[in-house]
Amino acid sequence: MSVKLMAGTRIRERRLLLGMKQSDLARLAGVSASYLNLIEHNRRRIGGKTLLKLAEALEVEPTLLSDGVGRRLVDGLHGAAGRHKEFSAEVERVEEFAARFPGWAELLNRLSHEREELIQTVTSLTDRMAHDPQLAGSLHEVISTVTAIHSAASILVETKELEPEWQGRFHRNINEDSQRLAEGAEALVRYLEGAPETGRDIRSPYDEMHAFLEKRGYHFPELENDSEGGDVAALLDDARTVCSPGSVILLQDLLMTYVADAQALPMSDVEQLISQGAWTPERIATTYKMTLPQVFRRLAMLPTDLVGPVGLLVSDVTGAVLFRKPLDGFSLPRSGDGCALWPIYQVLSAPQTPVSVTLRQIGMDSERVQALAVSEQIEPASFSTAAVTKAYMLLLPDMDPGGAQTARDVGLNCSICGISQCKARREPSILTKAF
Amino acid sequence: MSKQVLVIEDEQNIIEAISFILARDGWDVKTHSNGHDAVDVVRVRNPDLIILDVMLPGKSGFDILSELRQDAQMAHTPVLMLTARGQKKDREMAERAGANKFMTKPFSNAEVLETVRAMMPS
Repeated sequence: MSVKLMAGTRIRERRLLLGMKQSDLARLAGVSASYLNLIEHNRRRIGGKTLLKLAEALEVEPTLLSDGVGRRLVDGLHGAAGRHKEFSAEVERVEEFAARFPGWAELLNRLSHEREELIQTVTSLTDRMAHDPQLAGSLHEVISTVTAIHSAASILVETKELEPEWQGRFHRNINEDSQRLAEGAEALVRYLEGAPETGRDIRSPYDEMHAFLEKRGYHFPELENDSEGGDVAALLDDARTVCSPGSVILLQDLLMTYVADAQALPMSDVEQLISQGAWTPERIATTYKMTLPQVFRRLAMLPTDLVGPVGLLVSDVTGAVLFRKPLDGFSLPRSGDGCALWPIYQVLSAPQTPVSVTLRQIGMDSERVQALAVSEQIEPASFSTAAVTKAYMLLLPDMDPGGAQTARDVGLNCSICGISQCKARREPSILTKAF
Repeated sequence: MSKQVLVIEDEQNIIEAISFILARDGWDVKTHSNGHDAVDVVRVRNPDLIILDVMLPGKSGFDILSELRQDAQMAHTPVLMLTARGQKKDREMAERAGANKFMTKPFSNAEVLETVRAMMPS
């Protein structure tokens, strides 16, 4: 899609952000409302005088409409403003700021991002200190031993006329405890040496797992014919050098599922399907007697040069993100604070009922995407236990972006979403005062 | 007759040190080193004050204290809790469970003595 065509999307978003009617903007720009409608839907190229008038009416630099600013940068600046609402940053002018001062904008974005990483590191470390049983046990052992040595030493120093029998006993206790302290300290050092070395490396197990998957391109050729599971073990050995034990456990589960999915739909069959063209997830599920979640997982873990770009989000009933593979033009959250309008949350209330929706994520350079969602019960409910359900949302590029099907406007999360009067809004947005 | 302090702690050398300093101060010191039957031991001994460690084998100090507070006989017995973790959360849990005082390891002998003297019912 050309840069000029994308300008229409930016014009529409800017107009909506200002709460301006299409007819009002058309009048100000000296064009008809129907012509502006075509421009906004990227069906007419614009330039010259029309572009200048539209930019003037929308109170932005013309280059901002024609060239735009990277979505990553704008999202990052919005996020920074949202985290520091006390400064009342002029979020309605964020694109203008980024376009006029790209270096400063990148610097601000980088600093904000690094600050978030540091906060996450501190949180992870605190969490680890508080909840890691091995670390807590080791520290308890060391501190208790120090207490015993401290008490015995104080008795020896401070007690006047201490009987020889007591002296001998407390000397012996100090000797025993100092030996225990040395062993406990060594064990603690060994444990800490085995942990990630620097603060920046300390992330949640899911973050570590996703970093490993991203590095491998979400595809593992060695697992395509791995019925014995030997290559899974080799991959896990490799993962242990960069991942914590918790993320290795998550990865093991994911790779075992990968092997099972690859057996259900072997690579040779995938290549045949691609060569025949016109494949759909539903058709694959029917032909190969697979469940839709199986097909979604398989498609998301195939090479992009074979099946094209495919994104996938998997969550549990709480909305926690269990797996995320982003798709260009559609941002996904790292944790469970996605937009409630996404079909992945809709299908949680109706397991085994697939939903297909065209989505458009409000924001710069967003693309229409086809979202296919379905949920499945991993464990059924009983009188004594709750059901365990997982929801899947497969994301594919919209093959008919100019088509008649209306796209559902959605956000990434409420704090940086500009959709006004949204019934699903959980918190005010920094982009609009409306709740 | 001197008042009785029951020390429930699993580190033998800490038990020995605390017992020594309290006994020298004139208290009748009894000890116990696991959580399993700590509540039964308290019922039998009926101490005037309890020094209770949080991390015990078998049952945590918080659980033991909660059970004691539900027993009419021991609901008001002063309890000094000991822990190796000085986190705010532990302190809050101790207060919720009904501890009268909270002391973080490593502590000094003088600190233990002063606290026991102050807490002991007259």
